[in-house]
Amino acid sequence: MTEQAAAPERELTALEQRFPGVVTLDERKGYEGHIVQADKLIEFATALRDEMGYDYLSSITAVDYLTDDEEAESFFELVYHMYKSTGGAALVFKIQIPRDNPVVDSLVELYPGADFQEREAWDLMGIKFEGHPDLRRILMWDGFEGFPLRKDWKEPYYEEDAKPFGNRWPGGQVYRIEDKNPYGKNNQYPDGFDPSTWKESEDPKLYEVLEKAAMEYSEDIDTEQVVVNLGPQHPSTHGVFRMAVRLDGETIVALKPVMGYLHRNHEQIGERNTFIMNMPFTDRLDYLSSMSNNFGYALAVEKLMGDKATPPERAEYLRVIMAELTRISNHLWAIGFLLNDLGAFFTPALYAIEERELILDIFEAVTGSRMMCNYFRFGGVARDLPEGTEQKIKDLVLERLPRKIDELDLYLTENELIRSRCEGVGVITPEDAIAYSAAGPVLRASGVPYDIRKADPYSIYDEFKFDVAARYHGDVYDRYLIRVDEMRQSLRILQQALKKLPKGEILNGKNPYQVRVPAGEAYGRVEGPKGELGFYVVSNGKPNPWRYHVRAPSFINLTILEKMCVGQKVADVVVNLGSIDIVLGEVDR
Amino acid sequence: MSEMNPPENMNSNGYEVPPEMRNNIAITTLDKIWNMGRRYSVWPMMFGLACCAIEMICTAASRYDLARFGMEVMRPSPRQADLMIVSGTVTKKMIPQIVRLYNQMPEPKYVLAMGACASGGGPFKEGYNVVSGVDKYVPVDVYVPGCPPTPQALLHGLMKLQEKIDSESIRTVRWYQPGGEEPIPVPILGPDIIDPRDFPKFKSVKAAPAKAETAAESAEAA
Ligand code: SF4
Repeated sequence: MTEQAAAPERELTALEQRFPGVVTLDERKGYEGHIVQADKLIEFATALRDEMGYDYLSSITAVDYLTDDEEAESFFELVYHMYKSTGGAALVFKIQIPRDNPVVDSLVELYPGADFQEREAWDLMGIKFEGHPDLRRILMWDGFEGFPLRKDWKEPYYEEDAKPFGNRWPGGQVYRIEDKNPYGKNNQYPDGFDPSTWKESEDPKLYEVLEKAAMEYSEDIDTEQVVVNLGPQHPSTHGVFRMAVRLDGETIVALKPVMGYLHRNHEQIGERNTFIMNMPFTDRLDYLSSMSNNFGYALAVEKLMGDKATPPERAEYLRVIMAELTRISNHLWAIGFLLNDLGAFFTPALYAIEERELILDIFEAVTGSRMMCNYFRFGGVARDLPEGTEQKIKDLVLERLPRKIDELDLYLTENELIRSRCEGVGVITPEDAIAYSAAGPVLRASGVPYDIRKADPYSIYDEFKFDVAARYHGDVYDRYLIRVDEMRQSLRILQQALKKLPKGEILNGKNPYQVRVPAGEAYGRVEGPKGELGFYVVSNGKPNPWRYHVRAPSFINLTILEKMCVGQKVADVVVNLGSIDIVLGEVDR
Repeated sequence: MSEMNPPENMNSNGYEVPPEMRNNIAITTLDKIWNMGRRYSVWPMMFGLACCAIEMICTAASRYDLARFGMEVMRPSPRQADLMIVSGTVTKKMIPQIVRLYNQMPEPKYVLAMGACASGGGPFKEGYNVVSGVDKYVPVDVYVPGCPPTPQALLHGLMKLQEKIDSESIRTVRWYQPGGEEPIPVPILGPDIIDPRDFPKFKSVKAAPAKAETAAESAEAA
């Protein structure tokens, strides 16, 4: 809408030539990709997928460009990131739609992986996706008032648009925000709301959807079907996650994940925070692997900041070392708790936790915290290794962990019970895995050797020799095996990194309290332990991000859960979920 | 008054037991026996909310070993649990379930707010879906600060709970009062979370313009 008049001298890009009049280059400063006409979205996306091989829809998000400026127009922008599953850089395109009528075609038909992401955009931004089969709120509950990520929506504890808030700043008057709220709580209601007339809705839409799914399922014999809710407080759901299942006997007829029980408004708080303040918040996304979260966010902001935030070499090595240690500790946890889900209650998990604790010891020594490391800074890392830690890491990586992983392998891999419970369960075909935007171990266990560290290398991963682990059956057993494989590959990287770890600076420039981030957008993605973790950041030159979005692998990997489970037994649902390895902090954000 | 070796301390002052019978016989009060039984078998509910739950699991694992306190029996069902460790951020979407779980726990029941979030909202306090502290809805016995509290901190909190149990008397605890305890009304998911106990407030708020800023208030807080 804003950039219709392309400069005539510029040579047309390949996409513009292919879609004349439909696609224009995004020429705003600091932006990349193309802008596509909203009504041609389906046509364009079909061509992308079928002609050009962009078969992997990684991320969909929306940005609210609200402006007070009379001259400029306010609009919503949808941002799509696509990849080829064979590797390479992203293709970014955008759709601009008016704020007063935010409707756009849904891509679920073409890319089933768009399902949850579109629902999220509807829930938080209020964008309607025409043709979406099940457009319900996903993180908040049905009936919640307002679309919280819109720039004109204010939370009940609203103080100012951006931190640091005046009242906490030197000279400010400190007050408690609760005291300003008439209810003394974090609540607000529409004008004239009368609670006594409110009728609580028991998720009627959810059960309608289950009903519909059940109708499509046909059996010769007529049996009575029941709806069972697993969660949100259920020991097998790894946190507060709920699955509404419709059962025919013990067989799953339909399954709908219900989430949002840990929706902590990460993105909205992130847009109030300054750039650097968000670093500790990223720790709390996937709280089992805080270092990788830091990594992704640092990459995104560094992209925006350009050269002055290039990390020195030692910092790059430290980053890789920490990220790979995180991967090992995460996979240990994942395997331990998968075994829990299988019924081997806690004994294997205790062994896994024992090793994880040793890795946490290193994190604690380096960063001061066991779990919430907050270690990365734009342009480097926060602290150097304290004395003796390097040796400690070496002992662990060269001596202990290889032995322990072999041990785990020895006890578990050939175990008959594990094999009979896991083999052939929850199978995902490679085509489905790509279509549903599965990422990380889930994707690779289905025979798609896509690992961002190789496919689109970042940091210094191209300097290391390692293999992309891949398995080909796509069942629970392979998802277990792939985690063992990946731990071994991580050890390989760690061994090389420790050998080559250079001396020198760890931070480009000083450790600042406030960073200057030029206007523009950036998408930083890393191969986190759970899959592709992406941060989409838009800056308008102010100290706070204008938009801050997290492409959370745990969240998007859940899109395929229903497909994995239908037709199987209830007990397998728990195992299937365990094999995806979700962390609710990241699912709900 | 931490009683690490209870049989020795069980005896009430003023009732001397001959030395050769010290470890076999005690003359004591019902309260003391009652409390001893309770403090060594606090069964927590297996209930993880967020990041803090991971540290709770680590506390239960071999290195920190909750079993030393008689608390390793994590019960997935509230009906068998004595202690609810609220380990993580309490959201508006989750609070109805938490209140329901609390109501389902048999007495005596205790609540431990683990971490900054459960105690007061923590880093996510200003979030629109976050409840700023579980004590807005259920009564809390022990608060453990930290984000996340280390396992040592959690253990310390649990020891504080034991001390609290020691100081209880069955005559005064709230669940043995005549008439028993009313269950806590379950919050409702409306346009925003609605606490049924707030119903009277709605009328008065409507009368007064919302969010009126009183200078006196902020000066007081400062
Ligand atoms: S207190 Fe910190 S660690 Fe605990 S749940 Fe809250 S954010 Fe997570």
